[in-house]
Amino acid sequence: MKYSPILGVLLLAAWLLWSGHFDKPFVMALGVLSCAFSLYVALRMEIVDEEGAPWQLGARPFTHYAPWLAREIVQSNIEVTRIIISPAMPLQRNMVTVTPHAETELGRVMLANSITLTPGTVSVRMEGDEILVHALSFEGAAEDISGEMDRRICQMEKQP
Amino acid sequence: MNVLEIVLEIISWVLLLGGSFFSIVGGIGIVRLPEFFSRLHGGGVTDTLGAGLIMAGLMVQAGLSLVTVKLLTILFFLVVTSPSSCHALAKAALFGGLKPELDKNPPSSRDKSSS
Repeated sequence: MKYSPILGVLLLAAWLLWSGHFDKPFVMALGVLSCAFSLYVALRMEIVDEEGAPWQLGARPFTHYAPWLAREIVQSNIEVTRIIISPAMPLQRNMVTVTPHAETELGRVMLANSITLTPGTVSVRMEGDEILVHALSFEGAAEDISGEMDRRICQMEKQP
Repeated sequence: MNVLEIVLEIISWVLLLGGSFFSIVGGIGIVRLPEFFSRLHGGGVTDTLGAGLIMAGLMVQAGLSLVTVKLLTILFFLVVTSPSSCHALAKAALFGGLKPELDKNPPSSRDKSSS
């Protein structure tokens, strides 16, 4: 169980940053106790695994993936905004299926969530190896079909 | 007030007003778009760029402090939870028997590579 110490450290760091109490030993002891209790509850629920504390990914989701995703989100936001405020509303609603190539369930969930997070595309249903996506325009759908997102998530998963 | 403070203030207010603009556009989208599945996309604009820009503007206001850490955490949880709720809505609608209205057939992946 290497995930429980990791989750414990994360909980402690979160408690310290939230409360901002760095100099009151009594309050800090209470914080440590509450972190230990949360860890115990999480262990009892058996949710401390590679999904609950995804340590194997390291900081790569934040350093490699998030900046690219943020840029994508800004671009598609501008696209959707243009559709919404244009008087004619040029909608090209369509449904496409996207096949994720990620090996783990976590990777597939990340892909589905990233698709939903970019405005203009919503992942409606996930069945077996396919994600059904509802898109507002063909341009938005094309981005998902092209698989750039899928490729980046696979890359993030594989690196040691 | 020195020059740096004025510049930071301007940056922060540009971000805040931008975020407000995209939040309002998301609201307009929810009203204007024709049916359920399209309306979901309108909410997406408010969730991502609207909330993100407002958070960024507040971070510039707060400067380097614990408040910024908390704002970053709020942004992180928004980014994780809003697609989950959006997906739950869409899936519930689909399983409830609501058929999405489509304008055209989906483009196949081959058509896209040529265009």
